Amino acid sequence: MRTAAPQPLPKIATGIPGFDELSHGGLPRNRTSLLRGGPGSGKTVFALQSLVNAVRRRQEPGIFVAFEESARQIMANAASFDWGLPALTKNKLFFMDAKLSPEVVQSGEFDLSGMLAMLKAKKEEIGAKWIVFDGIDVLLTLLQNPIAEMREIYRIRDWLAKNDVNAAIITAKIDGGTSEVVNYGFLQFMVDCVVKFERRLEHGVALHRLQITKYRGSDFVAGEYPVSFGPAGMEVGAPEPAEIKQVASGERVSAGFERLDTMLGGGLFRGSSTLITGVPGTSKTTLAGKFVEAACRRGERTLFVSFDEGADRIARNLTSVGIQLKTHVKSGLLRMYSGRTESIAAEDHLVKLKALIREHRPRCMVIDPLSAIAKAGGIAAARAVANRFIYLAKDQKITVLVTAINEGDEPETEATDLQISTIADTWIHLSYLIRSGERNRALTIIKSRGTWHSNQVRELVLSDAGPMLADVYTAGGEVLMGTLRWEKEGEERAKTTQRRAEFDHKRHELQAAEADTRARIKALQQDLERQRLELAMYSSDNEARIVSSSDREQELRRIRSADPAGRAATGIVSSLAKRRASGRSGNSGRKNKGDAHDAP
Amino acid sequence: MRRKQTKRSASGRPAIPPVTTTVVMRLYIANNAPNSVRAVANLAAICKEHLQDKFKLEVIDVLENPLRALAEGILVTPSLAKLSPSPAAKIIGNLSDKSSVLHALGIT
Repeated sequence: MRTAAPQPLPKIATGIPGFDELSHGGLPRNRTSLLRGGPGSGKTVFALQSLVNAVRRRQEPGIFVAFEESARQIMANAASFDWGLPALTKNKLFFMDAKLSPEVVQSGEFDLSGMLAMLKAKKEEIGAKWIVFDGIDVLLTLLQNPIAEMREIYRIRDWLAKNDVNAAIITAKIDGGTSEVVNYGFLQFMVDCVVKFERRLEHGVALHRLQITKYRGSDFVAGEYPVSFGPAGMEVGAPEPAEIKQVASGERVSAGFERLDTMLGGGLFRGSSTLITGVPGTSKTTLAGKFVEAACRRGERTLFVSFDEGADRIARNLTSVGIQLKTHVKSGLLRMYSGRTESIAAEDHLVKLKALIREHRPRCMVIDPLSAIAKAGGIAAARAVANRFIYLAKDQKITVLVTAINEGDEPETEATDLQISTIADTWIHLSYLIRSGERNRALTIIKSRGTWHSNQVRELVLSDAGPMLADVYTAGGEVLMGTLRWEKEGEERAKTTQRRAEFDHKRHELQAAEADTRARIKALQQDLERQRLELAMYSSDNEARIVSSSDREQELRRIRSADPAGRAATGIVSSLAKRRASGRSGNSGRKNKGDAHDAP
Repeated sequence: MRRKQTKRSASGRPAIPPVTTTVVMRLYIANNAPNSVRAVANLAAICKEHLQDKFKLEVIDVLENPLRALAEGILVTPSLAKLSPSPAAKIIGNLSDKSSVLHALGIT
C-alpha cells in the first residue's frame, strides 16, 4: 500500500517520441507500469521499443518475457522496425519464451515462483535493468482462480520490489469491460502507472490511441492521444507545447513566379506556411511545382510529397507547363515522394512525413494535396495531423506549401475540411470563373499574414512557359478572363489603331491645309510685290505725264500769253488737282484690270 | 472430452495395460512452495500405484538450478516432463488431476 510520494517521482525515459512528453519524463523509475489494451493495440510494440531504446541509448540490458506470442513471432513482428533487434538479442536483450505450448497438459494449480527464480538468475547473468512481462493475462488465465491470480500478481510485485530494476512493464489484454478474466482492479492497484491502449476502426482504418490513466505521484497530460507506427516504431502524437516559440523570419522567398510574388507583396516569408485551395483541375499542382522549381533554382533542398499520384507522372505533367524538376531530382536537391492514402491512417502519414524530413532535411516542402490524408480514417484525426504537420514544419523553419481540394467553389467550404486555413500564413484560392460559356482559372489571395497583398482576382494562364497571371482588365467591377479578356484586349487594340488612324488623318488634313495656306500666302506676296512694282511704275509714269501736260499748258498759255505769270500758277494748281482726281479714277480702272489678270 | 476418450480407449484395450518399459521423468519444483510439495506427493502416489518400480524420476529444484530449468524450457512450477518412452510430454500444475496425468504419461 504505497502512498503518493511527496516529491515528484523519478522517471525513466522510454525514448518513444511523444510519450515522454505526455508523461513528463517517461515511466516511473524503479516501479512497475501496466500497459492495458485490446489485441493489436500496440502494447507489445511500446514495451519492446522501450526496451530497445534502453539498450541502445543507455546500455541497459533487458529481459522480455513473452507469454502471448513466441519469441520468434515477436522478433518477426519487430523486423518491420529499424531497431536491429537480432543484433541485440546476443547479450543485451533476453527473450524468454513463456508461451505454453498447446501440448502441455495442465493438472492442478501452479505458480510462478520457479519462473521468477529463473528470471532472477538470467537478470543477474546479463545485468538486466528492464523487464517486460508481455501478455501476463494469458498465463494467469490458466490458473482459473481469481485468488490464485491475485496471489501470483503479488508474487511478481514482491519479486520486482526485491530485484532492483530501472523499470518494469507488464502488459495485459484488458479492454476495460466487465468480463475481465484477470483481476484487473488488483493489477491496476499494484502498479504505479497505467497506460491504456486502444485500437478502433474508423471508416475502415485502424486508429490507435493511447491514454495515461494513472500515474501515482506525478502529473501527466490527461487525454487520448493518437499513436502511429513508422519505420522507427511507435510514435505518440503528443500535444504541441502550449506556447508557440517559433521565430518569425523577415526573409522572403519566391512563391514561384514574379507576378505572384508581386501580388504577395514580395513573396512568401521564409518558414511560413501557404495553403492553396481549389477544386480539381485549378492547377494547384502546377503552382506547387513552380514553387518547388524556384526553391531548387535557389539551391535549396526541397521535398515534394504527393498523394495518390506517382512522382514520375507529376514531374512529366509539370514538364508540359515548362516546369523542370527531374534535373533537380537527379542532383539530389529535390526529393519526390509519392504515397498512397488508401486505408492509411493520418497519423501514419505524419510519421512518414517526419521520417522524410529527417532524411532529406528540406528548406522548402510541398504536400499535394494535404487533404488526401483525410481520405481514410476520421476527419478529426486528419485535422489534428494537418495541424501538427504545419507546426512541425514551422518549428523546423521549413517553408511549406500545401494544397487542399475543396469540393465547392466557395473558398469558405475549405473550413469544413482540414481547417488548416486558420493556421496557414498565406491562403491562395484557385477557382473557375464561368462566364460567357467558358471556364477560366482565377487566383485570389485570401490572406497573407504580415504583408501587403493584392486584393485583385487575377486570371491564371498556363502555357508551356509556365503559369502566369494575365493582365488585369476590369469591366463593370469584374476582372475579365479568357475570351472576354481576349476580346477586351482585341477591342483595346482596335481602338488604339482607330485612334491612331484618326490622328494620322487629321494630321494629314492639317498639314495639307497648312501647305495650302502657305501657298496662298506666297501667291499673295507675289501679287503684292507685283502690285507694288506696278504702282511704282504707274506713279512715276503719271507724274511724268502730269508734269509734261502742265508743261504743255504752260507752254500753250505762254504761247497765247493770255494769263499773267501769277494767275497762271494758280491755274496750274487747280488743273493739277482736277487731273489728280481723274488720274485716281483711271488708276482704279487699271487696278481692276490687274485683278482680272490675276484671276486665272 | 479427455475423460471420454480415456474411457473409450480403456474399454477397447485390456483393463490395465502392463507397463513394460521404464518411464523417465523430471519434476521441476520450487523448493517447498505449496504447489511443489503437493506435486511431489501426488506424483509419488501415481508412481506407486501405476508404475511400481518401472520409472526413473529426477527432481530438480528450480530455485537452485534456475538456468538449467530455463535451458530445459521450464516456465512454471511445478512442471513434470516425461522424457521417454516417446512421445515426450509435459504437465504443469500440482498433478492433482490424476487421470490427466496418467493420460499424458501414456498410462491408461
